[in-house]
Amino acid sequence: MTVKIVIGLDGTDTGERALTFAKDLASKIGDCELVAIYVIEWSPFTFQTAEENAQRHKRREEEIALATSRVVQPAVTQLEKDGFKATGMVRHGDVAETLNRMTVELGAVQIIVGRASSDGFAKRIFGSSTQNLVMHADVPVTVVG
Amino acid sequence: MKNSTKLLGLTGLMSSLATSSLAQEAMTLDQKVNEAFAASTGWFVNFIFMSFPGTNFPWIVMWLVVAASVFTLYFGFVQFRFFKHAIQLVKGDYSDPNDAGEVSHFQALATALSGTVGLGNIAGVAVAVGIGGPGATFWMILAGLLGMASKFTECTLGVKYRNEYEDGSVSGGPMYYISKGFNELGLPGGKILAVLFSVFCILGALGGGNMFQANQAHAQISGIVGDYPGWITGIIFAAVVFAVIVGGIKSIANVTEKVVPFMGILYVGAAAIILIVNYDMIGWAFGQIFAGAFTGLGVAGGMVGALIQGFKRAAFSNEAGVGSAAIAHSAVKTKEPITEGFVSLLEPLIDTVVICTMTALVIVISQQLIIDPDTGNYMLNEAGTAIATVDGNSGVSLTSAAFASGISWFPYVLAIAVVLFAFSTMISWSYYGLKAWTYLFGEGKTSELVFKVIFCIFIVIGAAASLGPVIDFSDAAIFAMAVVNIFCLYFLMKLVRTELASYAARLDSGEIKKFNH
Repeated sequence: MTVKIVIGLDGTDTGERALTFAKDLASKIGDCELVAIYVIEWSPFTFQTAEENAQRHKRREEEIALATSRVVQPAVTQLEKDGFKATGMVRHGDVAETLNRMTVELGAVQIIVGRASSDGFAKRIFGSSTQNLVMHADVPVTVVG
Repeated sequence: MKNSTKLLGLTGLMSSLATSSLAQEAMTLDQKVNEAFAASTGWFVNFIFMSFPGTNFPWIVMWLVVAASVFTLYFGFVQFRFFKHAIQLVKGDYSDPNDAGEVSHFQALATALSGTVGLGNIAGVAVAVGIGGPGATFWMILAGLLGMASKFTECTLGVKYRNEYEDGSVSGGPMYYISKGFNELGLPGGKILAVLFSVFCILGALGGGNMFQANQAHAQISGIVGDYPGWITGIIFAAVVFAVIVGGIKSIANVTEKVVPFMGILYVGAAAIILIVNYDMIGWAFGQIFAGAFTGLGVAGGMVGALIQGFKRAAFSNEAGVGSAAIAHSAVKTKEPITEGFVSLLEPLIDTVVICTMTALVIVISQQLIIDPDTGNYMLNEAGTAIATVDGNSGVSLTSAAFASGISWFPYVLAIAVVLFAFSTMISWSYYGLKAWTYLFGEGKTSELVFKVIFCIFIVIGAAASLGPVIDFSDAAIFAMAVVNIFCLYFLMKLVRTELASYAARLDSGEIKKFNH
């Protein structure tokens, strides 16, 4: 049976390191599918103007297209070039919650993410997406430094 | 909108204009404009705000309240039956996670609310309580509860008959549901009524949703920093609004849209603190509200006087039946138009039943309204038109004094809140007006730009001049929207009932399920 592993990408170097680690792991497992997921941070509880709301569907499509072409597709292409079975997807939502939900839905066994790339004030209070994921995930999480 | 409060702003504006020779020249020009404008539009204003013979009860208020009552009965008290469901929808319990990134129910509600929460909740309530006494609050709450059914009806239709374009953007509102709905039912005149609604909507957007707001914002700012010419405020506001609606400077809109809800929460929070500190008086205050509702407690016009003021304030504040909310709510992502109807019924509840009532309670508890110790009734001012207040305050200054009696520095926060509310109301109405404009003149960059530039010019005019009749006309235009909208809703409400029956059945059968989050 094919083992699925989710890689959480964030478009930075840490995402790249997560990718390298995942390749290493997958080559050891053998029959393995790597799923590269990019989550666009989004909350249904923000405040927007009426005009932004009217344009929202269009913007969402644009955001997905951009994330796919800039982050996910290059990663998938690279993985396939290196001989791995790979798919990619882009989703909106809370990063930690969405990565976990997608992992459960896909029946994947592990999530690999990069260490939080920045260290801002908000992160000190609310914790980073990585911290939240580690605390709440339903499957083992590997954080690549 | 906020009709009765504008006198206060205009008075402040008049005095500021008087200090500047430049403005004095403008006043002469204003007077000329006023005369010409009043002569040609006075009949329309008089017609919309005409009172029933022998009373001072405007028929337009009755039109809104009767419609709200009809919708309440027709949909079997939908505002109570589906209240819990509305909350669940806003929380996202029924939102498909795969639709994340689209406009949520919460966002559509928040956007619509930022267009209605504003001066009406702060200054308008003070006018209502100042004239109609605490009893006006009771009637205001009742009208707010009934108004929930009007919003439900119009917002369901707003989503059901919106236009969805190939590029993914949407346009919705009464003009679309009137023309499409009438067509579907085989009724004639849909297109004409939709055009009529759009014309009133543009005029209302430029007036009540723009000039009046700019005018009040200037009155507030000049009240704090001292008098200065209104056109300065106008140009600053116009520049900021221009940057947002034409320049697409999202950061300004983002800041406003975050600060405005914060201000709303701060306002309710401050009111709650004052009520908690004076918890022993809450029972007494409600006693005054109930006693006043049925006896008037000495106010001008007695019980009827209280009723008129309460109904009027609720109708003017939450815009239920006007059709503006249907434009704001139509952008939501949902497969079931009726869900947005459920969500929208929370709007009059928050705007009128919660925020307006908080204001009223603070005013009553702060004892700014003078009671005759001998009779227990309220004392009237010298003119006998309103209740006498401690410092002779009325309108926004009465609210301000009431809050200051509990939290001394709060008037400054209130002034900032009023200015921000005015700004967010302008942004909202610029969109409502734009949608009506593009309905008439077609979608397209040039057409949109023309309206947006006109909108910004009117901000300067609104802040700089005391164009009383122009603003009267614009207020009348907003309520004229309600005349056309409600007339059409009576024909279209059966379409909503079909949706309601189908949705309720599927909800009961378990076909419509919650998503696990």
